[in-house]
Amino acid sequence: MRMNMLNKKFLLTIAFIILAVLIPVVIKAPYQLHILILIIIWAIIGTSWNLLGGYAGQVSFGHAAFFGLGAYSAGLLTLHCALSPWWGILLGPLVAALAALPIGMICFRLRGPYFALAMLALGEIFRLVFLNLTDFTNGAKGILIMPAITNKMFYYYTGLGMLALTLLATYLIVNSKIGYYLVSIREDQDAATSLGIPTTLYKNLALLPSAFFTGLAGAFYMNYVAFIDPNIVFNLTNVSVMVILVVMLGGVATTWGPTIGAAIYIFLGEYFRTTLGSANVLIFGILVCLIIMFLPNGIAGELDLLKRLTQRKKASLSGGV
Amino acid sequence: MLLGQTIICGLLLGGMYALIAIGMTLIMGVMKIINLAHGALVMVGMYVTYVCSKNYGIDPYIGMFIAMPVLFLLGCLIQKYMINRLVEVDSILPENQVLLTVGIMLVLTEAARLMFKSDYRSVTTSYSSDTVFLGAMSISVPLLIGFFIAMVFTLLLHLFLTKTDIGKSIRATSQDRDAAVYMGINSSKITMITFGIGAALAAAGGSLLLPLFYLFPDVGHLFTAKSFIITILGGMGSTMGAAVGGLILGLSESLGATYINMGYKDVVGLVIFILVLLFLPGGFRSLVKR
Repeated sequence: MRMNMLNKKFLLTIAFIILAVLIPVVIKAPYQLHILILIIIWAIIGTSWNLLGGYAGQVSFGHAAFFGLGAYSAGLLTLHCALSPWWGILLGPLVAALAALPIGMICFRLRGPYFALAMLALGEIFRLVFLNLTDFTNGAKGILIMPAITNKMFYYYTGLGMLALTLLATYLIVNSKIGYYLVSIREDQDAATSLGIPTTLYKNLALLPSAFFTGLAGAFYMNYVAFIDPNIVFNLTNVSVMVILVVMLGGVATTWGPTIGAAIYIFLGEYFRTTLGSANVLIFGILVCLIIMFLPNGIAGELDLLKRLTQRKKASLSGGV
Repeated sequence: MLLGQTIICGLLLGGMYALIAIGMTLIMGVMKIINLAHGALVMVGMYVTYVCSKNYGIDPYIGMFIAMPVLFLLGCLIQKYMINRLVEVDSILPENQVLLTVGIMLVLTEAARLMFKSDYRSVTTSYSSDTVFLGAMSISVPLLIGFFIAMVFTLLLHLFLTKTDIGKSIRATSQDRDAAVYMGINSSKITMITFGIGAALAAAGGSLLLPLFYLFPDVGHLFTAKSFIITILGGMGSTMGAAVGGLILGLSESLGATYINMGYKDVVGLVIFILVLLFLPGGFRSLVKR
């Protein structure tokens, strides 16, 4: 029974990968590819956030800090060292993870809503500092680079590879001992501590990869979009909060939830923008409210729940008591 | 003289921040959630006052008495039909209600953007550029009026919370909801009223700040940040703590803007916030108790 389910999941994953790899054979228009690339970027950020926020239950309102650090690592390399921004793909995640160390040390002293607020404050501090260090970061003028590669197909496959890496890393972490510890911290931190789990250490172990991959998405964003400024990449509403909503939409603490959420977010955004004009974010906000109220664990999360409910029904029927 | 001017301006501005933050601290105390839509409520209040002033020529300080009931009603509706529903919902993340307030913030902000565009607006009154001189220090009149009205409201709210039945029920619910329910307090009605009062205070603070700030749909984020900083500074759920916290935030921002750098003005507040969270988690209220 269990093997069967695993097989099914495995086959679905394989099918999904083949589909993702073959999509550009059908879709060649730059605009459609652009949308797919945006989905990939958001899926990477969402998956990384989900590791910390969904599995470990540490809701971070400051992931823009890591995204922005990744993006600025790539941008500043080009600005100051005249290196290709692609080196940022290596440096960006490392910088974000390094920054996550002290951030984790500070913020994991706090719990629940206090943690959320401290992360929010830190994210804003990064934005304001990058905005005001005009000599180093160009301030609100931002950084503009001339991309060497303009072929969207290339970006699509690079991004897809990064997303696969992120999903794989998250999957491995979540299904290892660390993953179980993280879930136990989410469910009851005091109980976890009393069982001898070093909760702060494991929260940091969730934060580091989370920051790493968010930084990766940031560096990739810099390379792809070729323009950043602090108000774009360190934005509280459009990055930090939006990533939470994307994950909520797709499914908290599920492997594919963030990717589904990212796809819905980008597709709906694009669709509403063409049909409704400036009302697109409003409709998205209403949708988020409805999802939180009626499907509190997101679309993928509630699918699992529904499945479990029907299975329990069958089990109790066959039990016959 | 510069120092005196900086201190006075900071304190006056802080008094108005405090009024907004008191609304948030009330909600936080009773419902135990962070209301990230609070700034958006301030923004809606400001727009109501703005429309009154622009279309009907009503002075912002009078328009505020229209904005407050409107926001009270809006707050009650949001609490009753949206946030309260989540109390019974079973979800993975305990912060679901907080995330819902984020969604509400998004909806309110975007609705405002749809109606009023992203343009920066301001209300000018006959006295908005007047100043009074205190020795060599000049103080703007709207700042002074706003501060005094804010202080009057704070005092009235304090009396309301300590002297009236509803006020006492609100305090009881925020201390121990279960015990309050045992004493026959209708806790869902009380939370609804509290959210309404919080929203009305947000509107009052917003209207008082209207002659001083530019108004645009995203202005709410600024006030959300300020009011949660103040709430933590003063200690969660403490009205007087929030009043003191407001004054401190206003003062530190004003000092930071004058002596460090205008751009780093908001960083000062955020750094103080993190330091207080880490080293004085109970806020300034815990200092008084000791």
